[in-house]
Amino acid sequence: MVEYFSLFVRSIFIDNMIFAYFLGMCSYLAVSKNVKTAVGLGAAVIFVLTVTVPVNYLLDNYLLKSGALSWLGPEYATIDLSFLSFIMFIAVVASMVQLVEMIVEKFAPALYGSLGIFLPLIAVNCAILGGSLFMQQKDFPNVGMAATYGLGSGIGWFLAILAIAAIREKITYSNVPAPLRGLGITFIITGLMAIGFMSFMGIKI
Amino acid sequence: MSLRDKIDELKKPFGKGEKLEKWAPAINALDTFLYVPNHTTKKGAHIRDGVDLKRTMITVVLALLPALIYGMYNTGYQHFSQISGSDLSFLSCFMYGLWKVLPMVVVSYGVGLAIEFAFAIYRGHEVNEGYLVTGLLIPLIMPVDIPLWMVAISVVFAVIIGKEAFGGTGMNILNPALTARAFAFFAYPTYMSGTKVWVSEATNIDAISGETILGKLAGGKEVAYSTMDMFSGAIPGSIGETSTLWILVGALILIITGVGSWRIMAGGLIGAIGMGLIFNAVSANDLMAFPWYNHLVVGGFAFGLVFMATDPVSAAQTTKGKWIYGILVGMFCLLIRIFNPAYPEGVMMAILLMNVFAPTIDHYVIEGSVKKRKKRLAAKLKTT
Repeated sequence: MVEYFSLFVRSIFIDNMIFAYFLGMCSYLAVSKNVKTAVGLGAAVIFVLTVTVPVNYLLDNYLLKSGALSWLGPEYATIDLSFLSFIMFIAVVASMVQLVEMIVEKFAPALYGSLGIFLPLIAVNCAILGGSLFMQQKDFPNVGMAATYGLGSGIGWFLAILAIAAIREKITYSNVPAPLRGLGITFIITGLMAIGFMSFMGIKI
Repeated sequence: MSLRDKIDELKKPFGKGEKLEKWAPAINALDTFLYVPNHTTKKGAHIRDGVDLKRTMITVVLALLPALIYGMYNTGYQHFSQISGSDLSFLSCFMYGLWKVLPMVVVSYGVGLAIEFAFAIYRGHEVNEGYLVTGLLIPLIMPVDIPLWMVAISVVFAVIIGKEAFGGTGMNILNPALTARAFAFFAYPTYMSGTKVWVSEATNIDAISGETILGKLAGGKEVAYSTMDMFSGAIPGSIGETSTLWILVGALILIITGVGSWRIMAGGLIGAIGMGLIFNAVSANDLMAFPWYNHLVVGGFAFGLVFMATDPVSAAQTTKGKWIYGILVGMFCLLIRIFNPAYPEGVMMAILLMNVFAPTIDHYVIEGSVKKRKKRLAAKLKTT
């Protein structure tokens, strides 16, 4: 139980997708103009990460890894399909995103409209493929850990986009120097936020 | 000829259409430093109140003075008490501290105000007084032996990236003084933490114990100071942070004049005490067993909570938000102190982290009250 909890906290704060690895920046920068759409996209990312990381874990462990196919019979034990992992992971991610897109379009058409192209683009969001690849690298002992990691990373990304969206709403009327308006100041804010998140660096749990 | 006339005479070449018009913000800043401007509003709502940015900022500077003066004394005291047989009288300690701290204050004000003036002239707005406080806070939260050029570079980073990039005073998202300290902390770690930097010229003196109390705790060493020492402030640490007693005097000034938010301070106390009690109850190691009341008086907790968490720009701005913000600052401060061996001093990072989330807190507090009012309105419409 303790290791689940510590992994959960780690993946939210210490290994934060945005502030520790700077992954998933494109949609983070583009969809953070107001809090409502940011929350929508954040929720979509949480969902996709929570589903794809454990599914990819199963794929990796029972299909792709060297020796993963040994459940078919002893003659398959030497097969290593890990060169396929990128393509398989992306296929899983893309199908999940497709599902999310259909759900959002059906139940929250306003949100669907404001997210625009960025909803289908979650499929190539580096935070999401990154989640699966980190999962592969971290070599979790079971699928529950992988799911916890996916959920935690999703929540970490959600917190980041929520905070920056609130900040950007707050500075809407600030007298920012003209060359910095828009993306420039957003990069600076992200950097300053990362300083705030450095409070968690070095924590061992 | 009165001083007023002389200033008017001096200001002539800076007037509208004159050749030095571009430099007007600089001369106006000097003028308003001496005289209250007599502008009146021409339309719209009129508020009759003498409290402007200048008076607010001067109040904070006044509230900082006790901590500053004690900090100077303590700098000398910590230095001389390492050398046996030296004069420990107030005056000699104070003079030594003055000699050490004054250059830092001068550098901080000089560099910061130069940048402020340059931006004001270039962008054509008036010079704001916000830097008066930041410029005094920065030396107070630095170790005494930090080289002056590091102070200068931290100030440059904090003022340009942390404040002017957002449009100047009142627009920044992180507290500029803490941005400066965080910059120095991550850029020059050997000058900002460790065992030698907290007592002036400790490197020249053998066998010293110039470590902060939190640093000692994190290193698992014995703490030789009583709670009373920690409260009165005769302990090693950043210049202004050691004396909780004199910080409380400053806090009183801020609360009575209404400049600092008592809600944030009270929230911070509640958060820290609550977290401290929990850790004391668990008490799994020496760090956790450190009594909760000592947590309130060691390190920068009191200083940060009173002077930096209450910064009206970067803190939460709604009433309910201030409570939440304060409590979270207190909780995170203790969490970082205890769980993060890299930063024995937690309050800087706790405040910066909550600065990041303050707009989010505000957003949801406002959304919540909008929802509540809508509900009330709907109920009213139904009954009528």
